[in-house]
Formats: sequence, C-alpha cells, structure tokens
Amino acid sequence: MKREDVPQDAAIFGQWHGICYALDDEGRYVLTPSAGWDPANVANLQAWEVIAEEIREAIEAVRSGTASPLAFHMARCQMDVGLLASYAHLPRWRVRRHLRPAVYARLKPELRARYARVFGVAPEHLDQIPDMPQLPVALDEYREDQAQ
Amino acid sequence: MNIDFAHRQSAHCESGVTANLLSHHGIEISEALAFGIGSGLFFGYLPFVRINRLPLVTFRSAPGAIFKRVAQRLGVEVTRKKFRVPEQSMAALDQALGQRIPVGLQTGVFWLPYFPPALRFHFNAHNLVVHGREGDAYRISDPVIDEPVLCPREDLMRARFAEGALAPKGAMYYLEKVPGQVDLRPAVKAGMREVGRRMVKAPVPIIGVRGIRYLAGQLERWPQKLGAKRSGQYLGHLIRMQEEIGTGGGGFRFIYAAFLQEAAELLGAPRLSELSRELTGIGDRWREFALLGARRCKGRGAEETSYPRLAAMLRECAEREEKLFRSLLAAL
Repeated sequence: MKREDVPQDAAIFGQWHGICYALDDEGRYVLTPSAGWDPANVANLQAWEVIAEEIREAIEAVRSGTASPLAFHMARCQMDVGLLASYAHLPRWRVRRHLRPAVYARLKPELRARYARVFGVAPEHLDQIPDMPQLPVALDEYREDQAQ
Repeated sequence: MNIDFAHRQSAHCESGVTANLLSHHGIEISEALAFGIGSGLFFGYLPFVRINRLPLVTFRSAPGAIFKRVAQRLGVEVTRKKFRVPEQSMAALDQALGQRIPVGLQTGVFWLPYFPPALRFHFNAHNLVVHGREGDAYRISDPVIDEPVLCPREDLMRARFAEGALAPKGAMYYLEKVPGQVDLRPAVKAGMREVGRRMVKAPVPIIGVRGIRYLAGQLERWPQKLGAKRSGQYLGHLIRMQEEIGTGGGGFRFIYAAFLQEAAELLGAPRLSELSRELTGIGDRWREFALLGARRCKGRGAEETSYPRLAAMLRECAEREEKLFRSLLAAL
C-alpha cells in the first residue's frame, strides 16, 4: 500500500486515528494515520448490529415479563451469564436465578448495588429500561445496505 | 508526578508499548523492529475456540509474547506482577511512578473511557503505558491513540481487573535493568527464524500457511453449513480481526514488511528488501480480500465476492506466504 492510498473513511474512530504502514515515494515504509477504512467499518457495524439485536430482544423480554432488567443491562454491556457472574463474583446459577423477574423482585439491596456497580449505573436506575437500544454507532446506513 | 515519556503512536498496542518503553530506557527501536524481534507475526484459525460465539482467528502471536521475546532476546530484565486486590495493584503502580518508572499495564478496552466507543468490546489484552498521575487521574500513553490521555483512577482500576478471557488480573510490568550495549542483529535473526518456522513448519494444520488453507476450505463451506446471515457474520469477524485498529493493515503483513526492510539494512542483506516488497504485495492481496469480503457482507457484488472466490484469494495468500517464509529461512 502506498502512502497516498491509505484510506481516510471516518466512521468509528471518533477524534482518533489508526496507524497504517504504507510506502512513501522512495519505497520506504512510513507510519501513516488513517481515519478508518470502509471494509473495516462495515465489519465493525455488523458486530454492533448483532449486539443491538441482543439488546432489542432483552428489552422485549423484560417488557413482556419473561426476564428481569438484569437481562437488558447484561446485553447492553455485551455480557453473557458467565461474564456477568465473574464480574459480580457470583456463581452462574445465582445469576441465572436473578434473571427471573420474580426472584429479581426480592433481591437484597446489597446484591442490587453489586449489579449496579458492575453495570455502571445507580442502583435506583437499574429498573429503567429504554424503548430502543442506545449504541455508540449509527446503524441506519448499514441497515439500508442490508435491505437492498 | 509526571515522567517525561515520549509518546509515539503505533499500529499495534503491544509492539508499541515495547518499543516506547525500550526507547525510554535508551534502546532506540522502532515499533516494526520490536514487532519483528518479538516474532509478532502469526496465523491461526482455531474454530473450537469461540469469541462471542465466533471462531478465533488471529494474525499475531499470543498476547504478551512480543514483549517477553523482545526482553529475552535483548537481555533486558523485566518485572511483571499480577494482583488479587485492586487497591494493592494501584498502590504498586503509584509506587513505581514515584520512582519515576513508566509502567506497562494489561487492560480491558471495554472500560477505558477515552477509547473510541465503537471499538469498546470485551478485549482484555490491551497494553498501555502509565507515565504520571495528576490528582485522581493517570497520564497514559496508549500506543494506538494519537496523543497521551488522562484516565480517571476508578476507570483504570476497572480496566485492570476486567473479567473473562485473558483477564489481566491487574498485570503490570516495567523494565528493571537494561544492558549498556545491545547488538540487535542476533535478536533480529532469532525473531525471523521463529516466525519462519511457525508459518511453514508448524506441526498442526491450523497454524501458519496450513492454517490459512484450512480457513479457505472452511470458508467455502460456511454458506451451506451456517446459512447466509451467519456466514456473513463469520466473514465480518474475520475482516475485523484482520483490519480493525491495531494491525497496521493487511493483518500485520505491512508492519512485518516494514520490519524486513529495517532488518535488510541492519544485517546488510539486500535479499530481505526483496522479501519485504513481496510481503507488501501479499498484504495488498489480504486487503483486497477484506474489500471484497465486506462487499459480500453488504450483500453486494454477487459474482466476484462468492465464497469460493474469496477462498481462492486466501489460497493465493497462503501459496505466496509459504514461498516467502521458506526463502526467509533460507536467507538466514
């Protein structure tokens, strides 16, 4: 890759750049900042689309009463039961129990606080579930492509 | 407290941290040289290891290996510590900073507040250097970020104790003792030999060029086995591992070509320059693979992005890399 061919397709780096190794006019390698590259951006958005789907399903499950709000936060933080259990320092079976709304409703304040800490929210906000997943990327363009 | 530390942005976090720490201690080396001496280049396709329910594919050696190898090969003494108690790990960090030692940390990117939000996944082997503290925030030289940043103590502590695969457990490391005179040449050769052997002489068929061919065979069968949607996700995952932040482009092939170019000069071996040019060509081919693969993910370009066509491109890369690394071993 030549230096002038280093792509500058801004999408996911925000204010930052990635470094590409590219050749200058003399054929010597130079470190060249890149704002991003479309193929990598597409692959990144695809990964977020999978996460978004999981969050949507979790929101649905919480609203229909088949899962506790923990399911939503778990999906939002890209965790599964195993990962959440390690963060909360609890055995998996207990986390699985806490995903049941009836068990969750009786959760001790200490455990609620522990989960809230893991998810980075205040304990009193644990039960607030948005209507739509909120993501750090815009998926509209990606979805339009998929729809075509 | 603040240590005068030169932040040089790099393509990859571990080779960047290694080069920047060594340079701070008087061994001036580039990122590419650190990557090469540390035998960073790799290929492995391990479908039985899953990351977010996707098969593990890697273009570089295991986390921590680059730093370890470079230190070994240059005769640098390193202190490495892990912790059980987060507060103790922060106290140890403060203590090292108090002695004006810049400290390397292994962290989970998901918890780093300055990291681009779109790239914050649960990846736990991200390396960075802490080189100062201002009140409740630490001065951080994160090699994949443009400039030094500040990170609140609370967040840094979380990142050091990320859970899951490759959990860092507060891992920190710094250079203890650096030899006065360093001859880079034997280290460069040792680094090349390891990569060459790994790429063409690995005893298992999922590593090195055989691994690339194995992936090609699997990729061809994805659509029948997994259906269109899921195989698109597999393909996207592959592209991310190859091209997302930290590879320098072409799944580390360009950074390794840069290393070969430097090595040619260092060893006075023009043959390595030729190999560098050939590897650049192979890296370009990997990039074309990503370009067409992404088009496939978008559901476009039916003919030229069919899975057999993509597999053929991988086989071509494998073919050329096999020849290249055999020549590299022969040239040593």
